[in-house]
Amino acid sequence: MKVCVVGCGAVGSLFAANLAQLEDVEVWAYDASEPHVDAINANGLRLSGAGEVLGRLRATTDAAQLPACDFGIVATKAMHTEAAIAATAHAFVNGCVATVQNGIGNEEVIAEHVEQVIRGTTFPAGKILEPGHVQWDVKGDTTFGPFEPRPAPLTEVERLADACTRAGMPTHAVPDARGPQWRKVIFNASTNPIGALTGLTHGRVCERPDLRALVSALVDEGKAVAAAERIELDADPEQLIDHAARPEVAYGHKASMLQDLEARRTTEIDYLNGGIVRFGREHGVPTPLNQAIWALVKGVEASWTK
Amino acid sequence: MAEAVKVVVAGAGTIGSLFAGYLARVADVGVLTRRDEHARALNERGLRVSGRGDFTVELRASTDPVELGDADLVIVACKGGDLEPLAASLRGRFSGATVMTAQNGLGAEEIVAAHGDWPLLSSVTFMSGTRHDDAHVQYVLDTATWIGPYRGTTAADAERVAELIRSSGLKAEAFDDLRPAQWSKLIFNATVNSVAALTGLPHDSHFAEGMLGELVHGLVEEGKAVAAAAGVTLREDPWEMNVHATRRGHAHYPSMLEDVSAHRPTEIDLISGSLVREAQRHGVDVPLHTAMVTLVKAKEASYS
Repeated sequence: MKVCVVGCGAVGSLFAANLAQLEDVEVWAYDASEPHVDAINANGLRLSGAGEVLGRLRATTDAAQLPACDFGIVATKAMHTEAAIAATAHAFVNGCVATVQNGIGNEEVIAEHVEQVIRGTTFPAGKILEPGHVQWDVKGDTTFGPFEPRPAPLTEVERLADACTRAGMPTHAVPDARGPQWRKVIFNASTNPIGALTGLTHGRVCERPDLRALVSALVDEGKAVAAAERIELDADPEQLIDHAARPEVAYGHKASMLQDLEARRTTEIDYLNGGIVRFGREHGVPTPLNQAIWALVKGVEASWTK
Repeated sequence: MAEAVKVVVAGAGTIGSLFAGYLARVADVGVLTRRDEHARALNERGLRVSGRGDFTVELRASTDPVELGDADLVIVACKGGDLEPLAASLRGRFSGATVMTAQNGLGAEEIVAAHGDWPLLSSVTFMSGTRHDDAHVQYVLDTATWIGPYRGTTAADAERVAELIRSSGLKAEAFDDLRPAQWSKLIFNATVNSVAALTGLPHDSHFAEGMLGELVHGLVEEGKAVAAAAGVTLREDPWEMNVHATRRGHAHYPSMLEDVSAHRPTEIDLISGSLVREAQRHGVDVPLHTAMVTLVKAKEASYS
């Protein structure tokens, strides 16, 4: 089967390099970075850290080069979904496209361009060290399920999940993947921007009682929206937050959004707190604190153009 | 000719320096500083005022109130965080003087009142400047200082001080009751300063439109609810003040933004904090201001 990873950044590279280990899978990568694409084609895609992997695959910056694929895995930053899927949709006319991106609302964007969509959430993380070389920081599970308005058949979801699992990326196929997705979104939306706005690591955010209370207030708004969406969270985001605050887990971790702000990169806030606010509005669920946090982070982004 | 009025300015940050520099043109001014080298610089070089003014005055400065002698008027112009120790250092001094507070926020009068039985005036100032060094301050915004009676004083006392300040070249206005003006400014300040500190944005058009404008509006609405619960009728609508200020043509950098940029402690506890405390006293819910206080304090904690 042919799989194309759309957006071969850190997370996309974890899928691409691992899937390339399988004899029965031909992997393509579509990415905007010429140096990264050239390095992958010349020397393969290398992972180090949590696993040492060298994947041989075909990479391109030119979507016209892509063959017809059975599956797409979209892994761009959320704000690039529209452009990336619009460029590559022709490769998925008869295929299914999954997202492993952060936030909510990505499936909706993909579904405007392709027929069969797979909702997805992934926990592994890493960072690009240099073109063609990615640091694999954290292993973790992935969950796939049909995207309800434009669903991929569950058998196809299972086929992709099976390939990922065999490749070393443990993946579950479930009929309703919204629970894990919203748990992760609520976790991210309630902690990432707080670290970003204050400059504190995850552990230090959690040990300030007033700040931890603000995190919980954000979690509660997210849970209320999830409930209005009739989504059953697979676990309480609060547990994930407290677990991550432990010294041996992620006490000293700087949220990716804090890293983004420090580097003056546009954040994914529109798809985290912004997503919670938008879904809340549809159901008449008020989310004043998520809205405030969203506005503040957008304000930080706006300050760079001064 | 009557003997010159004796004024002591306690605290010589930007606002204190502006008061001292201008008043020294019409009064005998002493400046109470926290640091010895600051007092030395003022005694040796005088105080230069630039910007809207351009002059240098001679004045007396010391870190010891005793050395400054008697005063008719003491203007307490330090930052809120320095107020308690400064007020304590005034205890037993300047009998016969009227003391005027000029801090942002609410509650400065109560702190000073606890340290002596001077007649007290309260004030809020809208003027702004930039302190270039210990002996040089630039006068930027020539907006007024508002003065009102607080304890053992009348509107006529407030007017006499306002007249003295006006005669020096600064703007001042006296009120029968300062609270409507003070609360208007507090709500405006609590909102604009905290949003600027967390976003890095100067006070510009972002504050009056779009998503950030909605947040600013929400913060102002919470403040208005607290004022209503406290029985204060606002003099100006803080939202209108905000919109007006963003149309000045040049963006102002609120002091709290300058503080966080320089990794200094902010006045969040005195400004937004005093609004949150008033809200608690009157049983009003202010989740947005509470979040802003929490976030700014956490940002301060990130410096260490």
